[in-house]
Amino acid sequence: MITLTDVHKSFGAKQILRGVNLTVERGESCVIIGGSGTGKSVMLKCILGLVTPDRGTITVDGEEVSASGDRDAFLARFGMLFQGAALFDSLPVWQNVAFRLLRGSLKRPRHEAREIAIEKLRRVGLSPDVADQFPAELSGGMQKRVGLARAIAADPEIIFFDEPTTGLDPIMAGVINELIREIVVEMGATALTITHDMTSVRAIADKVAMLHGGKIRWHGPVAEMDTANDPYLTQFITGSAHGPIETVR
Amino acid sequence: MSTTRAANPILHLLARLGAAVLGTFAAVGRLTLFTLSTFRHMLTPPFYSREFFHALMNVGYLSLPVVGLTALFTGGALALQIYAGGARFSAEQVVPQIVALGVVRELGPVMVGLMMAARVTSSIAAEIATMKVTEQIDALVTLSTHPMKYLTAPRVLAGLLTVPFLVAVGDTVGVFGGWFVAIKSLDFNSATYLKNTIDFLEMPDIVSSLVKGAAFGVIATLMGCYFGMNSGRGAQGVGQATKSSVVAAAVLILAANFLLTQAFFAA
Ligand SMILES: Nc1ncnc2c1ncn2[C@@H]1O[C@H](COP(=O)(O)OP(=O)(O)OP(=O)(O)O)[C@@H](O)[C@H]1O
Ligand SMILES: [Mg+2]
Repeated sequence: MITLTDVHKSFGAKQILRGVNLTVERGESCVIIGGSGTGKSVMLKCILGLVTPDRGTITVDGEEVSASGDRDAFLARFGMLFQGAALFDSLPVWQNVAFRLLRGSLKRPRHEAREIAIEKLRRVGLSPDVADQFPAELSGGMQKRVGLARAIAADPEIIFFDEPTTGLDPIMAGVINELIREIVVEMGATALTITHDMTSVRAIADKVAMLHGGKIRWHGPVAEMDTANDPYLTQFITGSAHGPIETVR
Repeated sequence: MSTTRAANPILHLLARLGAAVLGTFAAVGRLTLFTLSTFRHMLTPPFYSREFFHALMNVGYLSLPVVGLTALFTGGALALQIYAGGARFSAEQVVPQIVALGVVRELGPVMVGLMMAARVTSSIAAEIATMKVTEQIDALVTLSTHPMKYLTAPRVLAGLLTVPFLVAVGDTVGVFGGWFVAIKSLDFNSATYLKNTIDFLEMPDIVSSLVKGAAFGVIATLMGCYFGMNSGRGAQGVGQATKSSVVAAAVLILAANFLLTQAFFAA
């Protein structure tokens, strides 16, 4: 279970998060929506400890994230897909995917790690001949999927996806949505996904949280999203240029 | 009104000065912590041997051509200068001794150090800064890999271990550059030249040269890592980090050279 309580974060004078409260239950798929630049990515980075909040607490299974415990063990439970994929361009694709399996506590024989990598690549719709290419040789959407394969390579308990379907064609987006759903249902993983794609929200979410103005504006089951009486949420879902959300920000 | 006007520029100047001094101390502090952390990670497992061998190749082996060429030309030019200078008080015969001394004690290590700043510091800084800007460093952390251990420690260790070898190569090639010019165009006898060189050089000359190499190797790699890791955002951040790293490495190498020369030879 992930709990954020009154999380604040500013960069210089820019206040990004102004008191975020959110709970994600174990085995739940929570989708975060919200305008561009509202701090969705920053929020995920706060949970992972990549960004230190100015104020507030974040706990994972009751344990505070910032507490200087065994960070490696803590992070070993997570998988993260970065918005820009963040692949290591000095390593071929399969070594990117198998990064965790080639070193550290989860280390296993090289050929085994490679097999797992190729299997994960297949799951994100990439053929085995991609394995030996370098990230720079791939298209943006392919890089994104390699990033996704890397995030799930070590079968983490908690997975964060930052815009997993952005830049993918509709069919491939469908494949990825199904994959995320599978990971949650079959492996019982907890997933926290950021997306702007409403089709994707409906396909993968149990719960939806909308970040606006530095706070969680609306949080509830996906089924209640359409009937919710919140003008901000309604404007976002319908993608209307008219409503309470400013279009210049 | 007039007093505030008069006081303002002075206050302003003092404030600027104070900020600059504080900024310098803060930077020195950060750099010291970074250095300590690097050595701590170098000495504690896990060790990333692949990264280390990669760094060995990049810092050491691939630097050989540029080190050889610069040393060759510098040694040659030095021989010509000393011959011309020595001729003014009919001391042309000191060419082998002064070339050996100049190359081994000073020019060899300094040239190699500056070449490291140009070739290695810049490439490390640009690489790590790009990794930072594209969130690859964050990705490393989420994959339970410490960036200092994975990126900085192997590179600095490679600098520490290989640059003394590069300096040895630079020294040797530099002396041969002088020898070549001396026997080809200054009418020196080859055997006498070499004998004079070997007889003249002493152990402290060579030791100081290698120690300088190790120090410069650490400085060059460390500066690349430090500025890369602390890069600003975007392409501009990468450019700025690269530039600052090379300048810092070059200045620190020359400063360290002075201090080491003083420590070794100022009796
Ligand atoms: N390291 C940083 N330094 C300074 N500002 C930052 C930093 N990281 C994020 N920001 C700022 O925080 C704000 C929120 O960024 P964030 O990436 O979280 O947006 P987002 O909600 O993920 O948007 P998008 O949907 O476009 O990805 C932006 O204004 C950004 O400029
Ligand atoms: Mg984002």
